[in-house]
Amino acid sequence: MTGSILFMLIIVLGGIAWFFGRVKASRFSADNKKRGAVHSLPNYHGWYVALWAIGPALLFLMIWNMASPALITDAALTSPAAEQLPRDPFARGAILAEARSIASGQQVQAFNPLSQSMVEPYRTAISYYRTLGMVAALLLVFACGAFGWLRLKPELRARTKIERVTMLLLLFASLIATITTIGIFVSLIFESARFFSMVSPIDFLFGTEWNPKAVAGPRGETGFGAIPLFWGTVFIGAIIAMIVAIPLGLMSAIYLTQYAPPNFRAWMKPILEVLAGVPTVVYGYFAALTVAPALRDFAVSIGISGASSESALAAGVVMGIMIIPFVSSMADDSIAAVPSAMRDGSLAMGATKSETIKKVLIPAALPGVVGGVLLAVSRAIGETMIVVMAAGLAANMTANPFSSVTTVTTQIVKLLTGDQEFDSPKTLAAFALGLVLFIVTLLLNLIALRVVKKYREAYE
Amino acid sequence: MNSSATFVEERNPTDWQNDAMQQRIRKRYAAERRFKALGISAIILSAGFLAFLMIVMVGNGLRGFTQTELPVEIDFPAMTGGASADQFKGANGPANLRTLGVQDIVNTSVQIQYGEEGSELFSAGGWQAVNQEILENPQIVETKTTLYLPVESEIDVAFKGSGSETAENKVAELKDRLSTGFNWNFLTNSDATDPMQVGIWGALKGSLITMFITLLIAFPIGVLSALYLEEYAPKNRFTDLIEVSINNLAAVPSIIFGLLGLAVFLNLFGLPRSAALVGGLTLALMTMPVIVISGRNAVKAVPPSIREAALGIGASQMQVVFHHVLPLALPGILTGTIIGMARALGETAPLLMIGMRAFIATPPGGIVEPATVLPVQIFLWSDEVNRGFVEKTSAAIIVLLLFLLTMNALAIYLRNRFETRW
Amino acid sequence: MTTRNVDVFYGEKQAIKDVSIDVTMDNVTAFIGPSGCGKSTFLRCLNRMNDTIPIARVTGDITLEGEDIYAPKMDVVQLRARVGMVFQKPNPFPKSIYDNIAYGPRIHGLASSKDELDNIVETSLQRAGLWGEVQDRLQDSGTALSGGQQQRLCIARAIAVDPEVILMDEPCSALDPIATAKIEELIHELRGKYAIVIVTHNMQQAARVSQRTAFFHLGTLVEYGVTSDIFTNPTEEKTRDYITGRYG
Repeated sequence: MTGSILFMLIIVLGGIAWFFGRVKASRFSADNKKRGAVHSLPNYHGWYVALWAIGPALLFLMIWNMASPALITDAALTSPAAEQLPRDPFARGAILAEARSIASGQQVQAFNPLSQSMVEPYRTAISYYRTLGMVAALLLVFACGAFGWLRLKPELRARTKIERVTMLLLLFASLIATITTIGIFVSLIFESARFFSMVSPIDFLFGTEWNPKAVAGPRGETGFGAIPLFWGTVFIGAIIAMIVAIPLGLMSAIYLTQYAPPNFRAWMKPILEVLAGVPTVVYGYFAALTVAPALRDFAVSIGISGASSESALAAGVVMGIMIIPFVSSMADDSIAAVPSAMRDGSLAMGATKSETIKKVLIPAALPGVVGGVLLAVSRAIGETMIVVMAAGLAANMTANPFSSVTTVTTQIVKLLTGDQEFDSPKTLAAFALGLVLFIVTLLLNLIALRVVKKYREAYE
Repeated sequence: MNSSATFVEERNPTDWQNDAMQQRIRKRYAAERRFKALGISAIILSAGFLAFLMIVMVGNGLRGFTQTELPVEIDFPAMTGGASADQFKGANGPANLRTLGVQDIVNTSVQIQYGEEGSELFSAGGWQAVNQEILENPQIVETKTTLYLPVESEIDVAFKGSGSETAENKVAELKDRLSTGFNWNFLTNSDATDPMQVGIWGALKGSLITMFITLLIAFPIGVLSALYLEEYAPKNRFTDLIEVSINNLAAVPSIIFGLLGLAVFLNLFGLPRSAALVGGLTLALMTMPVIVISGRNAVKAVPPSIREAALGIGASQMQVVFHHVLPLALPGILTGTIIGMARALGETAPLLMIGMRAFIATPPGGIVEPATVLPVQIFLWSDEVNRGFVEKTSAAIIVLLLFLLTMNALAIYLRNRFETRW
Repeated sequence: MTTRNVDVFYGEKQAIKDVSIDVTMDNVTAFIGPSGCGKSTFLRCLNRMNDTIPIARVTGDITLEGEDIYAPKMDVVQLRARVGMVFQKPNPFPKSIYDNIAYGPRIHGLASSKDELDNIVETSLQRAGLWGEVQDRLQDSGTALSGGQQQRLCIARAIAVDPEVILMDEPCSALDPIATAKIEELIHELRGKYAIVIVTHNMQQAARVSQRTAFFHLGTLVEYGVTSDIFTNPTEEKTRDYITGRYG
């Protein structure tokens, strides 16, 4: 019997427990006609018994699953075959791991004959402990279920107890977000720390040569200078993409909110939002297939040197277009938040609509727009697929938009795909880059949210 | 400055009619028109880009759903030595078919009609179509039949548009015999090295399994946390911490989730690489904040009078939430969930990190088997050198966009249909 | 129901100061007073609806048939079933008329069969004077009724859990005069079956429907007595000023 079948069985038994609890509780209300004599509905009594039946058993299984591997290894080591194992802990561990994966069916053939000899002890130990755990879990279901059932009384506050458990469940669910955040932070820090024990943070953050090698060069250089990546990221995400997205997004928002007839607005807004819904891999493909070659041909025709088929411009322009709806909706919100009295005041003096927009609305909405742009930048620099597919891998420090540059996200993908050893600085470098990216986007977001919040408060 | 002097100074009445003033007004109106034109051109440019992208994808992609075929006449009775149709009916059909040696039959037939080099005209796996045909329609093994088989990729490309010189020459040579048929392989096959044989079903199935896991995890957690934060959470620093982490998670670049998946699910928990389970878990962490945020807005929109009414007749807080608030907020939560799921469906980068970029030639059978998803498949095909993959990539993009469009339309429908006005 | 030395605080602010009142079971009791005098706040203490406001704090003794309703062993859910409430704005659930009424009996397990539940729904609607108007469309949404009907539906919903006391927080303030007259008529009919406490800012209404009246001002109970005495011969200067319309 595998784990999932055992799990199902326990759940089914829980259902049966629910039924028995309900039946017993139904009799209470039949016997006690007096108002308030039975505290909770039969349903809650049912749940009460079911929780008693399932809860301890599942908890036990969880602990058992964590503890049993160690017990199994101990048991396997007491077998006669274990005496032939080498003393060296490293070799010993490898053999044991192999034997274990064969015994549990993940691997078919052993490479090391010693492992093969350990398979049988492992198999016995595993089946012994698995049966033991299973029997114990099922006994727990019955014992605890019966205990819960016996505790049912008319005045038992079953509803209150069930609600308390539900409450814990709610609290646990909302903690997952926090756990995830902490998980991201800890795992990035942890892996980065291992990276920085091999490569100095100074070399990493301020070095200008990016050419990662697994082994250090003759003068100790490792090629982990991330400045070209930072530059590429900023060049594409914060400069080129914003040059495209800010004017287009801002002007679209202004036109849609201030000039467009309602019908046009009702149609156009969702259409522009589609731009944000197109998967980035589609943009990336489009940039690489259509935009980049067109831009290269254009650059060659006007005689720009260094034009390559993967260019910062292609990636940046397409990314900018992806960001348009984002900038536009932030600008929309900010302009809508400006009190209409300000607008009316300007119009009443005889200013034209565009003068009102340029001289009154935009300056008043500026903090909100700036906050929106910061959020857009944070999104652009974290964007991966477009740059992976269209920006290239060459770590150039160039301001020529027609040449190829590389970014932080591109390099993370490059370092982590393909064959990887988990201890190589090349693999760990990806986590260091991820940490930098995480911190920068986090800061941008916090600043942007603060700016936007301050701005909103100013007009409330 | 002498204020009393300026105060008493008489001001001439403004002459609105003079030329200078009129010209100024004309200029201002011109500026107004220019500004307006700028606005509309921004919109046209953005929408135009979208249209351009769609046209390019559809233009390239539609060809991916068709294949170029050549007729092959197969004289089954002569070649099989008189196999009967009954052999290939029922459960034993596939096994009997394997002993028949269809590949050799097809190759010989091809060589008879198209010469010694004839096999090179056809897609290497094309004979499998004959297999399929026999199983569906066993009668043909008793007759002399003409079947249409897919040609080799270069010729396919050349016939549909323009290809290499040699391929173009061959197309010119075979011109009147080439025809176009619907490429069923594309909908039923998985990844392959020959662009004529690739299909999206493997990736699509991977996507569906992954999305199922994502939904299974993100939806309950998202809804429960939204309820907790809106209905129960006391206002304190601890709650603030939860809120900050949710808002922050919603803005974390997706690739970071991939790093988390790699470090925690693969390296720490030892879950299998490339599996839909890990992909689903990773995407669930990414989707959950979206569901929480939309869920909180939906819960907030339920008027307090409903809660008071239920409390007033003695419903407990939990009953108020689960009997009244949650059902009323559900359409809003579902809308947010669909939007979050649509985003997850189009996500590529985090899945690359956890190894869902393997060459998957058979559709995944379970949650721990190696799988890939549609966007990753698109990414992998986009890297292929063979020109035959261009149209396949675009065709896969069309399928992906259709899914996303349907999901978004569903979300909009839900929002309009169930949007309650209090 | 009796209250002794009740104080209510919202954070630092004291909203109710030292109120002691006996609500008799066979009377309609009206709470009157200018806006913000605390009459609604006090009403919400009587079935612990103030529990839903985290910063609200209630001290003093409030008892229902001798049981302290703020005692730790008192189950607030059962208390609210015994002390029902009708709110200022009609707030039917966005469910069918039937489900609106049946919800309370269902969660409290008052009916053991479908027939019994049908019976509770019918008698509750009849007592609320709504049965004739809705008996053919029990499956229609409760929110589709008119304002006055909605409020009677809410009263029927409160009656359905068979309470001892019904608290009404300005039940007519969102209704037109005809609907108001119907509710007042209904209050007359319900008198004697339930103890009714009604908060109103309309003095005529208090005079029409109640037998006893309490006048609140700035969180304190100024005067409490037989309604006719309060309106014709108040003992306190403040009450007289309010009733004659000097302020409020």
